[in-house]
Amino acid sequence: MKYILMMNGKKSDFEGYAGLSKEDLQANVAFMRTFSKELKDSGVFVSTEGLGWPSEAKLVRAGKNGEAITDGVFPESKEFLAGYWIIDVEGAEQAYKVAARASQAPGPGGKPSNMSIEVRPVLSGHADLGL
Amino acid sequence: MANDPYDAPFEHLLRELAPQVLGAVARRFRDFSGAEDAVQEAMIVAFTRWPQQGVPENPRGWMIQVACRRMVDQMRSEIARREREKVVAAEAESLASLLETEANIDPDDTLILLFMCCHPALSLPSAIALTLRAVGGLTTAEIANAFLVPEATMAQRISRAKQTIKGSGVPFRLPSPHERTERLPAVLHVLYLIFSEGYASSIGSHLQRLDLAREAIRLARSTKALLADDPEVAGLLALMLLTDARRAARTGPDEELIPLDKQDRTLWDRAEISEGIEFLTAALSKASVGLYQLQAAIAAVHDEAGRVEDTDWPQILALYELLKRVAPSPIVTLNHAIAAAMVHGPSKGLELLRALDSDPRIAGHYRLDAVRAHLLEKIGDREAAIKHYRIAAARTTSMPERNYLITQAARLAGD
Repeated sequence: MKYILMMNGKKSDFEGYAGLSKEDLQANVAFMRTFSKELKDSGVFVSTEGLGWPSEAKLVRAGKNGEAITDGVFPESKEFLAGYWIIDVEGAEQAYKVAARASQAPGPGGKPSNMSIEVRPVLSGHADLGL
Repeated sequence: MANDPYDAPFEHLLRELAPQVLGAVARRFRDFSGAEDAVQEAMIVAFTRWPQQGVPENPRGWMIQVACRRMVDQMRSEIARREREKVVAAEAESLASLLETEANIDPDDTLILLFMCCHPALSLPSAIALTLRAVGGLTTAEIANAFLVPEATMAQRISRAKQTIKGSGVPFRLPSPHERTERLPAVLHVLYLIFSEGYASSIGSHLQRLDLAREAIRLARSTKALLADDPEVAGLLALMLLTDARRAARTGPDEELIPLDKQDRTLWDRAEISEGIEFLTAALSKASVGLYQLQAAIAAVHDEAGRVEDTDWPQILALYELLKRVAPSPIVTLNHAIAAAMVHGPSKGLELLRALDSDPRIAGHYRLDAVRAHLLEKIGDREAAIKHYRIAAARTTSMPERNYLITQAARLAGD
């Protein structure tokens, strides 16, 4: 079963991250690198990406003639995806364990941030045999 | 093209040989993990050489020789690293001389491999990957592609599985009859999971993707040849064939799911059905009836009905009642409720479903809502049916199932 583990945050969370001390940032980056390596070494890694920050996000709609109309104004309360991992594990319980590990990424003072990680199943292409 | 290294007969021959060669090499060197690497290398050598030089007269002996040479090379470099311990070096030399004698093949070797790969110490994804590679003779890239994960991840999974086996200290020998009985269900479960992973897979169906259902059937066939007396192995193979026979009818032009009662039965594979029924009949004549034989028997009753209205539901219901006693599970209870609804009416089915609401093993599983929706529709409770189709759609982890379920809800809502 594949699961996606998503790190979401409001604009203020991104600003808080950007305002971390040099040591705290280094600790965070080192943690993320180790975490990715752990996923690869344990044979569960599928993919991971980090995303551009909310300041770079645009809402796009098609206009009358299909042209792109962009808008960059979001409510303060909106949560943005910061990055994700997709893992292939035996079941939801194992996915939650991996997510709990990601949640320990260090924040201010190098202490575990315990940020929330959104976990959702990735749909498979094969149907249940029903047996 | 005769010289295409990937042409089917050539590839089949190599896959057929892989577990035999691996078994022979692992037994001789008492090193499963090292032997596995050596055999994969020998397969690559065969893939590159045979198209030009032709298949050797004794391809199995040839592969064993190549793999053993790799093992000896490996040992030599290991020894060199440990500053040439003379005793060990002599041992390697004597092993090398063994290569000159024709390799003796023990059919039990493949069986040992199968039990080793489906070892209870391994997680299911690891057991599946290792079985496909060591017994199925597939490359890591092919397995990775079939499960849509990066090749490096699959390589790591296989390598960890081999380490686990090494660490568990299982000797390379056939399990005792008692152990075999105990561990056979795990082997059959792994083969079954490979089949269901490949069955009616729609993601990447236009890509060159390995057919896991066929691969599982191939593995079940060779397992049946090795364990000819076990009726459950035959039952599993029959179940796979009787289910696979409906493959062409199971999805529509847009890859949408078509349920059993709406399928074009002329598309069913008659040859596969007769073969499945033949295996099943032979298995059922033996003493013990098990989970796979019963499920195959139910599949056979469906396959034998030329039209959906010819389905012998009372017989299916009787088989589910037996299955409930032999291998009780909430999914069996669920399927039993469907059969009971077909025989005694949808209210009876809904009544039986109520017993499952308090069962934590299935409460919240999409199939419970999907079946309830279907039965509610039959008794004419449209609103409740729509509600449960939608709950089921939200809970399934399969894209084709979700599309099917929301379409059912939309159909009812539009009526």
